[in-house]
Amino acid sequence: MELHQLTIHELQEKIRSGSVSATQITESVFSRIDAVEERVHSYIRMMKEEAFAAAAKADENIKKGDIKPLTGIPIALKDIVCTKGIATTCGSHILHNFVPPYNATVVEKLTDAGALFVGKTNMDEFAMGSSTETSWFGPTRNPWDLERIPGGSSGGSATAVAADECIASIGSDTGGSIRQPAALCGVVGMKPTYGRVSRFGLIAFASSLDQIGPFTKDVEDCAIMMNVLAGYDPKESTSVPTEVPDYRQFAGRDIQGWKIGIPKEYFVEGIDPEVNAAIQKTIAVIEQSGGQCVDISLPHTQYCVATYYIIAPAEASSNLARYDGVKYGLRAADVRDLLDMYKKTRMQGFGAEVKRRIMIGTYALSAGYYDAYYKKASQVRALIKRDFEEAWKKCDVILTPTTPTPAFKIGEKTDDPLQMYLSDIFTISANLAGIPGISLPCGFTSGGLPIGVQFLASHFEEGKLIQIASAYEKNAKIEKRRPAL
Amino acid sequence: MEFEIVIGLEVHAQMLTETKIFCGCSTKFGGAPNSHTCPVCIGMPGVLPVLNKKVVEFAMKMALATNCEINKSCEFARKNYFYPDLPKGYQISQYAYPLAEHGHISLDVNGEQKKIGITRIHMEEDAGKLMHDEHNPASYVDLNRTGVPLIEIVSEPDMRSSDEAADYLRRLHEILVYLEICDGNMEEGSFRCDANVSIRPMGQKEFGTRTELKNMNSFRNVQRALEYEIKRQQYLVENGETVIQETRLWDDAQGATNSMRSKEEAHDYRYFPDPDLVPILVDDAWVEKIKKDLPELPLAKRERFVNDYQIPAYDAGVLTADKALANYYEEVVKLCSQPKAASNWIMGDVMRFLNEEKKSIRECPITAKSLADMIRLIEEGTISGKMAKEIVEDMYKTGKSPQTIIEEKGLVQITDEGELIKSITSIIEANPGQLADYRGGKEKLFGFFVGQVMKATKGKANPQLVNDLLKKMLAG
Repeated sequence: MELHQLTIHELQEKIRSGSVSATQITESVFSRIDAVEERVHSYIRMMKEEAFAAAAKADENIKKGDIKPLTGIPIALKDIVCTKGIATTCGSHILHNFVPPYNATVVEKLTDAGALFVGKTNMDEFAMGSSTETSWFGPTRNPWDLERIPGGSSGGSATAVAADECIASIGSDTGGSIRQPAALCGVVGMKPTYGRVSRFGLIAFASSLDQIGPFTKDVEDCAIMMNVLAGYDPKESTSVPTEVPDYRQFAGRDIQGWKIGIPKEYFVEGIDPEVNAAIQKTIAVIEQSGGQCVDISLPHTQYCVATYYIIAPAEASSNLARYDGVKYGLRAADVRDLLDMYKKTRMQGFGAEVKRRIMIGTYALSAGYYDAYYKKASQVRALIKRDFEEAWKKCDVILTPTTPTPAFKIGEKTDDPLQMYLSDIFTISANLAGIPGISLPCGFTSGGLPIGVQFLASHFEEGKLIQIASAYEKNAKIEKRRPAL
Repeated sequence: MEFEIVIGLEVHAQMLTETKIFCGCSTKFGGAPNSHTCPVCIGMPGVLPVLNKKVVEFAMKMALATNCEINKSCEFARKNYFYPDLPKGYQISQYAYPLAEHGHISLDVNGEQKKIGITRIHMEEDAGKLMHDEHNPASYVDLNRTGVPLIEIVSEPDMRSSDEAADYLRRLHEILVYLEICDGNMEEGSFRCDANVSIRPMGQKEFGTRTELKNMNSFRNVQRALEYEIKRQQYLVENGETVIQETRLWDDAQGATNSMRSKEEAHDYRYFPDPDLVPILVDDAWVEKIKKDLPELPLAKRERFVNDYQIPAYDAGVLTADKALANYYEEVVKLCSQPKAASNWIMGDVMRFLNEEKKSIRECPITAKSLADMIRLIEEGTISGKMAKEIVEDMYKTGKSPQTIIEEKGLVQITDEGELIKSITSIIEANPGQLADYRGGKEKLFGFFVGQVMKATKGKANPQLVNDLLKKMLAG
């Protein structure tokens, strides 16, 4: 095995034993990038120079015996996470030249934990999309089938891990943007509880739904990353000062006697037969592992997508108002006056999907429509939250497919936004309820496309998700495949 | 036709916190453009607001001082509109759930107490400032003021004249300054007022169509603008025209209001709860703590001055209009125990000196102790009131104590009877004619003798003593 194929915990062991250096790992990763990046297009911007400088520093620290949880580990950052002195574009023309004078809190935390950064990964523009096709920098391709989408919006972060162009990566999840591409690319992706990981420096899409989380090659790595990312941040008012457990200790524990809720609303028509078969097999493995599957109901599930597509665009319409050409980013040339500058800058700077959502959101918040849309959606959101609270009385975690279908073809759904929106049908509820969710590989289609299973737990129960995911990973014995790039 | 005037006011007061409402930047006025800014207040991507708790406490003080109910839970909302001085494209304000509601303050209207309702008090952030280059087609944005905390105080439409409106504003201003939560500077924009005004035929219950007036940066301009607008509306109605609901800008130079935008052009601000901030929960203990720390308010102080110092309500009003002045007065009274004399000297000479130089009592060169000493020296007869007039002016100019000035100028009053008798005797001897006339019934000549004595003693004679001695000696 080559170094870039290894997990964080495998590399950590090698670093501790002195058998590899951070520089060697970094070299391996960049040689892999040189080999495959042209075909996959995971990255918007490489940080090669910075990465090697950080690797050299890491090697000095290793010599001194100063080894932190992520020392020498090359990590990729979704280009929605602000990096001091490094352009952060959010996949948009309007921010193509924006260089933040600050780091996101997660960047600081990863740096403090010894990580080094490979580059900034591609994404749907402003995280609006489920396929990474709306990026101003062009689409990312699924390493398992280059004709197919990798999922989105954090498609670049998912493919970078799947194609071994980094060891782990950071994504953001507003309606499934970590879990859905993780499922479609065959990697592990976690959306933590809202308030668990700091949003400071995460360019906002929908502030009440956005959450940062990791992509990793296995569940143990997910726990290692969560140990670094989680925690209270005084720079964020919605950050929660709840104690952070050692997530790694949950990996490897069994799930004897656990009740696993199977929500009937998630097993409906439209679900791909091969996905359904893989999930049924997953349920069997869970039961063999000591878990007891129980039927539950989340009665307001059918309203999730509609609720989400009111609340998220409403918040986005306000969050994206700051991109006006006045202070940073794109400013249209040849303008007559202020209004003309606003109009042209935003017309040229935003892509079609972003414009569509700004318009939907603006409409939903307008006088005379607020009560019918935004207010109603907020009320339904409360009901969706209550569904889960009821469910936790009957089960410890919930099991669902992550996506209704495996990866679809590039261009297949770009002209049909509604079909595109439905690819997040199983992931949106966790964001609306603020609960954590994890997606991990549970098999392949006959055509060789990865399939993902999703586990959901109550607020701040990421430990339970690590526990069941690692138990499943251990007992399912899914064959280790790598995309044939 | 006789009309009733209906006025409601919206006041924006800048809070005197050290730092801005959602970041750690300084709130100081002035400073090079954009020197008091950071990624948070200039609305860079990905940054988040964190509430400055001091702002809530300052706003609570105002709420309690104006008899408002403080809501147990309130929230921030986003007010969305595009303008270059608003870097996020929205202002963080409060909308559906403000901090405080249902308050009032009392005004003295023709000798009667009238309550003016306060609809609500809410917190919000200020916007920045645009500067236009006169020689180039360019505008510049200064975001120093962006994120400076404001409270908005909205009154009920309870005022019935421009005088009441001006009085209400002065009372609010006075309370804010007393609470030390706002510097009250209208020119720098720390205290701003918008007015809603309408008229209706006397006796009609429904309100007339209102206009909103903006851009009035002094009490006087608020009053002038209201008066102009009332006349304008009356003219329209009396001539069969209708008042249009619109926003109008006061033009100081022109002395008129001009239409800025109509109701149809009004913004749709698309308010919604700010998802980046959590609801503010205010429990009873917090309210009690703020209440306990509230200073004495102007109205209470005024009443106490009248009762404790037995000074006229007018004096109490003047002395309490400025908290520092009231403190100065109390200090003087404490040291000389003569409340009325202290009030006279302060409201007379001291304030005249200060007004001439447009200075505040804080900059007064006469210390409370010096003024108290001077009042005591008069009481003790060491100096006369007339001498004191001269001395107080010197005290103001030099900052010296009255004792020093008296000593330097040799101004001590002559109270030695023997010395005065000697002086009077020689004056009587030198003016036999006048003496005869006086004794013959021309009593007016008494003043002549007083003048002669004062002249001879260079004004230092104790006037009371001169009077007494002259009466006796002229009588023979």
